[in-house]
Amino acid sequence: MDALLSPALGTIVWASIAFIIVLLLLRKMAWGPILQGLKDREESIAGSLNEAEKARQEIANLKADNEQLLQEARNERDAILKEAREMKESVIADAKTRAKEEADKIVTAAREEVVNEKNAALAELKTHVAALSLDIAEKILRSNLSSDEKQSELVGKLLEETDLN
Amino acid sequence: MDFRKIVSHVLTVVLTTALFLPFAASASEDGHEGHAHGEKEPFVAGEYIIHHIADAHSIHLWGDEADGVHPVSIPLPIILWTENGLTVFSSGQFHHDDEGKHVVESNGQRFVNFHEKILYATSSPDAHGVYANIDAETHKPVGAQPMDFSITKSVFGMLMIMFIMILVFRAVAKGYKKNAGKAPTGIQNALEPLILFIRDEVAIPSLGAKKADKFLPFLLTVFFFIWLCNILGLVPFLGGFNITGTLGVTMVLAAFVFIITTINANKHYWMHILWPPGVPIPIKFILIPIELVGILLKPLVLMIRLTANISAGHIVILAFVSLIIMFGQQSTGLGMGIGVGAVAFMVFMFFLELLVAFLQAYVFTLLAALYFGDATQDAHH
Repeated sequence: MDALLSPALGTIVWASIAFIIVLLLLRKMAWGPILQGLKDREESIAGSLNEAEKARQEIANLKADNEQLLQEARNERDAILKEAREMKESVIADAKTRAKEEADKIVTAAREEVVNEKNAALAELKTHVAALSLDIAEKILRSNLSSDEKQSELVGKLLEETDLN
Repeated sequence: MDFRKIVSHVLTVVLTTALFLPFAASASEDGHEGHAHGEKEPFVAGEYIIHHIADAHSIHLWGDEADGVHPVSIPLPIILWTENGLTVFSSGQFHHDDEGKHVVESNGQRFVNFHEKILYATSSPDAHGVYANIDAETHKPVGAQPMDFSITKSVFGMLMIMFIMILVFRAVAKGYKKNAGKAPTGIQNALEPLILFIRDEVAIPSLGAKKADKFLPFLLTVFFFIWLCNILGLVPFLGGFNITGTLGVTMVLAAFVFIITTINANKHYWMHILWPPGVPIPIKFILIPIELVGILLKPLVLMIRLTANISAGHIVILAFVSLIIMFGQQSTGLGMGIGVGAVAFMVFMFFLELLVAFLQAYVFTLLAALYFGDATQDAHH
């Protein structure tokens, strides 16, 4: 029992020296690099996971962006189409109105022309009639001067000759 | 074959041996001891067991002169600081004698090995043929004795384990350089779970992530040293090492824990001991001596727990061996009959001891970490 319960001086000395040396050697040669390696790897794994998450987020963002762009494009297309349709309609309507106006104008002008022509014709006719009347009157007067018979004959002859146009 | 391969082969051999040792050990122990003691002086189990777990100056492999089997052992250097200075000789010169009957001359002085104590030999033997001054009453040597710095069995085993640790963990460290940022391979892969276990389950919970880095080299060294020593103690045919059951070794480990705790202790820790807060002043004067004793008691308990647990495991297994021998002395048949049951129990014990080997290393490391954490924690109440 004595051998078990009393620590031997030699053992203590050797154990102390050896343990200090091993502790220092292992700390420098093994534990330092090992713990650093573990830490580095953990950090790199955490970093990679973070990056993957970020990339996923980015892709999701990109997707959302794309969707938005697409939607915008679609809206724009719709707007353009709508505008075009409206423009077409307005152009047609415009053209219609303008044509109508033109036609109206032409018609009005024609009507005016007709009226003018008619007035001019009437005026000319009036002048003609006046001149004829004067002529007739002159001739009647001249015939009358010779005989009554002749006068009436003359009037009838003149009337026949007279073109009412 | 490169270095890494050699280490992995060695490890494989050691680990497989450790796994199969229950069968191997039981086979060997009852095989050669069972019948041999039959006609000799009565077998004393206690002496037999103590002899096997105590430290020795050589690594005894097999055989006993008293049984007629020539003993084979690995001699170890004996280093003595005597009145005339240093002297070194091989323990083989004692020719397996540990009863003080064989005198060795070295450096002009004469020595005997008396129960694994190296003593100055007397010029003539006493009544029992022992060349040493032994007190007849207490059976203890009297007078001045040389200081023994021998590489004993435990010291040798300890140095062996330390050497293996340096080789193995250097290889592991190389793995981290080679596989930086990649998955671990080989021996690095095998030991990483344990390193992570100590870091994440022992050091960081006890010390906090920041302070853990400072103490981790010590904790890792202590854990692997104790664990490997414990396992070496379970390997048969290697002379039955009992390194972590040797008080000198565990005392040094505990002393390191004590020194590191004391050096790193902060004001808050000392205040708790020298002026315990939150109790009336008269109670403080009762508590202070208790706390002061506690400082020493903590590492002392670490030391005793480890030594006792590991020695106890060895004692139980050896007790079963003794059982076989004792019954075998009555009759060979009885010994064999008892042997069947005893071997079954020993197999069970060996498996239990494999668990204990890990558990004790873990407990020692965890408690050391807790003491460090206690000494360095910040005031928070």
